[in-house]
Amino acid sequence: MLLSELKEGQTGIIVRVGGNGALRRRVLEMGLTKGSEIYVEKYAPMKDPLELIIKGYHISLRVEEAANITVDKL
Amino acid sequence: MHKKSFTIALAGNPNSGKTTIFNNITGTRQKVGNWPGVTVEKKEGAVSKYGYDLKIIDLPGTYSLTPFSIEEIVARDFVLDESPDVVIDIIDASNLERSLYLATQLRELDCKVLFALNMADVAFSRGTKIDAEKMSELLNVPVVFTTGNKNKGIDSLLKTAIELAESKSKISQKRKVKYSKDIEDSISKLQSFIEERLEQNFPYNIRWTAIKLLENDKIVRERIRQKTGNKSLEILREVETHRKHLLDRFDDDPEIVMTDERYGFIAGIIKEVVTTSKKRRIDTSRNVDLLLTNRFVGLPIFILFIWIMFQTTFAVGSYPMEWLDNGVNWLSTILETSLPDSLFKDLLLNGIIAGVGSVIIFLPNILILFLFIAIFEDTGYMSRAAFLMDKIMHLIGLHGKSFIPMLMGFGCNVPAIMATRILESNKDRILTILITPFMSCSAKLPIYILLAGTFFSARAGTVIFSIYIIGIILSIITGRLFRSTLFKGADAPFVMELPPYRVPMIKSLIIHMWDRSKMFLKKMGGIILVGSVIVWMLTAFPRNINYSMDYNEEINKIDASFTEKQKKAAITKLIRAKQAEKAEKSFMGRIGKTIAPVFAPIGIDWRGSVALLTGFVAKEIVVSTFGILYATEETDEPDALKNALLSSEMTSLSALSLMVFVLLYLPCVATIATIRRETGSLKWTLFSVGYSTSIAWAAAFCVYQGGKILGFT
Repeated sequence: MLLSELKEGQTGIIVRVGGNGALRRRVLEMGLTKGSEIYVEKYAPMKDPLELIIKGYHISLRVEEAANITVDKL
Repeated sequence: MHKKSFTIALAGNPNSGKTTIFNNITGTRQKVGNWPGVTVEKKEGAVSKYGYDLKIIDLPGTYSLTPFSIEEIVARDFVLDESPDVVIDIIDASNLERSLYLATQLRELDCKVLFALNMADVAFSRGTKIDAEKMSELLNVPVVFTTGNKNKGIDSLLKTAIELAESKSKISQKRKVKYSKDIEDSISKLQSFIEERLEQNFPYNIRWTAIKLLENDKIVRERIRQKTGNKSLEILREVETHRKHLLDRFDDDPEIVMTDERYGFIAGIIKEVVTTSKKRRIDTSRNVDLLLTNRFVGLPIFILFIWIMFQTTFAVGSYPMEWLDNGVNWLSTILETSLPDSLFKDLLLNGIIAGVGSVIIFLPNILILFLFIAIFEDTGYMSRAAFLMDKIMHLIGLHGKSFIPMLMGFGCNVPAIMATRILESNKDRILTILITPFMSCSAKLPIYILLAGTFFSARAGTVIFSIYIIGIILSIITGRLFRSTLFKGADAPFVMELPPYRVPMIKSLIIHMWDRSKMFLKKMGGIILVGSVIVWMLTAFPRNINYSMDYNEEINKIDASFTEKQKKAAITKLIRAKQAEKAEKSFMGRIGKTIAPVFAPIGIDWRGSVALLTGFVAKEIVVSTFGILYATEETDEPDALKNALLSSEMTSLSALSLMVFVLLYLPCVATIATIRRETGSLKWTLFSVGYSTSIAWAAAFCVYQGGKILGFT
């Protein structure tokens, strides 16, 4: 499933990061690599963007960006 | 004896505490922030320690050295081209894994690197223990513990840096990231391929160059073209072969695979050096965010904070503003009475003091505003504000953070445009700067009050409100329009760190606030001075005006039978008539009359056009120019100007058109100077002025001609 489909409080394991070149590279460099555990901390009040916890720190992505990331729900 | 000097560069992630360490080493006044990308410019400081002259360079905070953003390019080019003696990588110990990504890239760059494990106390309190010795051994890099905000470990950091700079040993090639076999094969083949074809000395590490070429790094490709001349085609063709081979092998771009493998290498190190205890302390920052970015109360709290900021900036700020204003008035009164009448006096009083005085009174507002921004940034709230507002702002093609400058625009455009510094992407900044002037600033309000009050009496409030709404709607249209034309292309990814909340350091807040205000004073001074003098010259010249009648003679002729009071009134009337004629016949008046045909289609007469021209200095002046041109003054007869306007050719419709024009047309000289300063480009400044004025004319045209067609007057 897609990272953007995870609900608040759910955890997933990243399977694949898609998307265009620059965004994809940036997302990977921030540590959203294959096999990492990612936790959905919360969605912003208007359901976009969302706050995630990866490698022990908090990061936010827009929903459209998170929709490029495939995860396995834990 | 000459002291030896070394250059030390500080690299590190945003929020790693790099700037704090820089301040601690150099004592330089420089701002410390808590949101990504705070140091956009390169900052330097010099210090003498242990018998050495050290030049410290604060590189922009970056997460990586892939040249996507300007910060990353600046940081990498500095290390490559200026070859600092030592690079200190400030690593946020509480965020070790991600911080090591930049560290591995620095190691590959083939420079002398030293790691500062910063804020290890925070990491420890979170239950993470780091074995620095092991890390140093595994990565073959000296590691020093520091606590930037408590100024601990800075001395041993510098000592280690000097030792490293003095050491003659070659940079160890061991312990760098080792990629999987296929990639390593390609790297070494490419490496020897390049080496065989090099004629002159190649300035960069060959292994690093090979890696970057495999990663399709545009800047390195360009450099290969420059440095290897006609051999470059051959080399780049070889690169393509390898890239294709790797793509087939991994079914993914080599740069993606290599990023993955770097993180794999880092994971191995983490496993060796980090012990995490099971008991986890309560994460305060996360708890604070349960409230501050809460789905229901997050936005209301944000609005409340902004309201407090706005109120304090403009309401509390109005007191010192008044004191400054009184001071300026006091100064001009003193000069008025003590100096003999002369052209110089006129220039000094009506040109320089009036012009610069009208701008310097904004200083309290700016100080307060920047204190708030500094607090938002240093605590880490700024990135939360962006998080909360991003959805709305994204609809106009902007970043969440753009909300703050746009809102400030309702107060004053000068601090608002300076507040665009909180935006990292240059595109976002310029777009926000272009839009912000449409937020109707408080100086325009007196004009609306005068015109709406005169022509729409009972409905004045509604009319003024609509004017504000027109500004907001046009800013949305402009944003969408420019985003799909001038600033086309994918939006900058929103990928943004939400750093833990931190208690701001008072010292850093003050440095932060003062630095920006100083800039306002220094850089504005020049341009505003010139602008004020030009406008003064246009209104003060020519000196010898052919008056339609001899006013002095008329004053002398005033009937002696008048009472004192009648006499005084008659004199005032004549003096005002003279002033009005003088204004009409000055260069400014002549320009106004010349360009009046341009304003005719939007229902503004020559008086209106002169008033609008003088509004270039400051919007408040528009009202007083009307006062002069209609030979009235509001002070002694409250409704004199209103009555004069009502009996003039101006209609409700042309008044509305004038208000729309005032809302949108070229910003005041202080704002233009700020736009020039903040965009760093004359082209964008002229574009902003041209665009806003054209839109103003078009909108006023629609209002006036449309209104006429609909039968309004």
